Amino acid sequence: MEMTAAEVFFQQVVNGLSNGMIIALIALGYTMVYGIVELINWAHGDLFMLGAFFALTLVGIFGVTEASGMGATGTIVVLLFSSALFCGTFNYAVDWVAYRPLRKAPKLTLLVTAIGISFIFVNIGLFWGGLPMEVFGGGNSAAAPKDFPPLVPAQALFGNEEKVHVSVRDGLVFGVTVPLMIALWWLVRHTKLGTAMRAVAQNPTAASLMGINVDRVIGATFFIGGALGGFASVVYSLYNNTISFQMGFRAGMDAFTAAVLGGIGSLPGAVLGGLLIGLTRSMSDQYLETQWTNTIVFAILILILVFRPSGLLGLRAKEKV
Amino acid sequence: MSLLSVENLRAGYGAIDVLHGISIDVRKGEIVSLIGANGAGKTSTLMCISRVNRLRGGRIAFNGTDITPLPAHQVVKLGLAHVPEGRRIFPRLTVRENLEMGAFLRNDRDGIAKDMEDVFTLFPVLKERLAQLGGTLSGGEQQMLAIGRALMSRPTMLMMDEPSMGIAPLLVARIFDAVRELRSRGMTILLVEQNARAALKFSDRGYVLETGNVVLSDTGAALLASPRVREAYLGE
Ligand SMILES: Nc1ncnc2c1ncn2[C@@H]1O[C@H](COP(=O)(O)OP(=O)(O)O)[C@@H](O)[C@H]1O
Ligand SMILES: [Mg+2]
Repeated sequence: MEMTAAEVFFQQVVNGLSNGMIIALIALGYTMVYGIVELINWAHGDLFMLGAFFALTLVGIFGVTEASGMGATGTIVVLLFSSALFCGTFNYAVDWVAYRPLRKAPKLTLLVTAIGISFIFVNIGLFWGGLPMEVFGGGNSAAAPKDFPPLVPAQALFGNEEKVHVSVRDGLVFGVTVPLMIALWWLVRHTKLGTAMRAVAQNPTAASLMGINVDRVIGATFFIGGALGGFASVVYSLYNNTISFQMGFRAGMDAFTAAVLGGIGSLPGAVLGGLLIGLTRSMSDQYLETQWTNTIVFAILILILVFRPSGLLGLRAKEKV
Repeated sequence: MSLLSVENLRAGYGAIDVLHGISIDVRKGEIVSLIGANGAGKTSTLMCISRVNRLRGGRIAFNGTDITPLPAHQVVKLGLAHVPEGRRIFPRLTVRENLEMGAFLRNDRDGIAKDMEDVFTLFPVLKERLAQLGGTLSGGEQQMLAIGRALMSRPTMLMMDEPSMGIAPLLVARIFDAVRELRSRGMTILLVEQNARAALKFSDRGYVLETGNVVLSDTGAALLASPRVREAYLGE
């Protein structure tokens, strides 16, 4: 049964939105950290990659490899929160070790450090993929992409499977990302920690005069941004069923572009940018050719940086979050 | 016994020394002014006292505690609040959130609500602006917000750095009224002012700073009468 042109289009919208929500979750990690320390956290995409490797390791340990009722559901919940905790802690630790001593250093120093951290992460991923576990192919080929077991079925949740449909996997994406975004918004807008995070972003000296431990608030921001990347890594792995030590580059580039497109430092901007990049990717894959897609995303990044560096929802002046 | 005691404070930026051994004492309940020309080191002195800036020597004690080794965020806990130069309010937090950040270290909801009402009796305009972003206030209103925010920590001593800078004269009078009102409630105040005459008039004592050194210190009245002060700072 052939899909009509309109059905193809709408199916690509569904795919684009799902991928876009994953990109948005990663983009939030970029934008939060940028908002508070003006660092383009180059290693964020690679942290996301490590989250996926961590999750696959747990899958190997638990031995749950099929979508089989409660066992799979329980595993997914454990994977989501473990990976979030892992990535959050890792990001916090990197801030503590690498960025905290550089708080007063020029921003370029921070950026170069982040690029170095990115290399370290990629190599950790490469090493990790070579561990002699069955989920990593017995460690025979460290660099090869790894299969992530299909714990979530691809069948239709709504709609006709042969035509336009929202799959159970799309349901997983929205079921995880939407509540997380709402929780983040609530945290940033309505809690003391969230207000302190905004205060530190706007004037760290004044924040310290209020008794706010600026380093601790920045650390919390790294933790939360990293944890969102950890959640995203599990959703991504379950959606795509394959992970690789190099996947952080593309994911990072998509998410960074999304953050810049939406206006770096702006949380709603990161979500909007993520959805737009997700849709752009699926439309390009469908109507141009897949090999053009990365080029188009890069082109968007460059055009935004040249013509509207504050992005769609960003603040005009040199201000942030 | 003095509430704040600064002994032989030295500090600087990069290769340059800016403060060359400043000693200042403030006793409980006093208003003390620090006056001096632009660039004399008044702001640097306050930033060192609140431990934002590093010291290159000397010792600072507040309420009997040596605060020299403390980070800035631990000083306000001891009861010393700082209204910094240029106000430094949080421009994209609402007025209410700005005041709440002033009470960051406190958890007594009722006490915080009561102190916020106190701030409104001092500066009624802030109550009308509660939901507005700090950055949308006028300069004078921002100064009131900065003072109110500092009061929300329930300090025993307030340091104010040029609260009249860049503010319409009518509002300057309001702010000086508020300073007097705080004083009458028993607040200890260290005031930095370019407007030396206004400051010395209601100060118990004052220090005159010149290029990083204290060159004169006396009661407010004596300084107002001193030929040196009259010539250099009162334009006579
Ligand atoms: N952040 C800074 N970096 C370098 N020099 C500074 C800095 N802040 C102040 N200075 C210098 O320190 C001296 C004292 O400045 P400041 O404490 O601001 O004086 P005042 O508040 O009395 O006008 C001035 O010469 C000023 O140029
Ligand atoms: Mg000054």
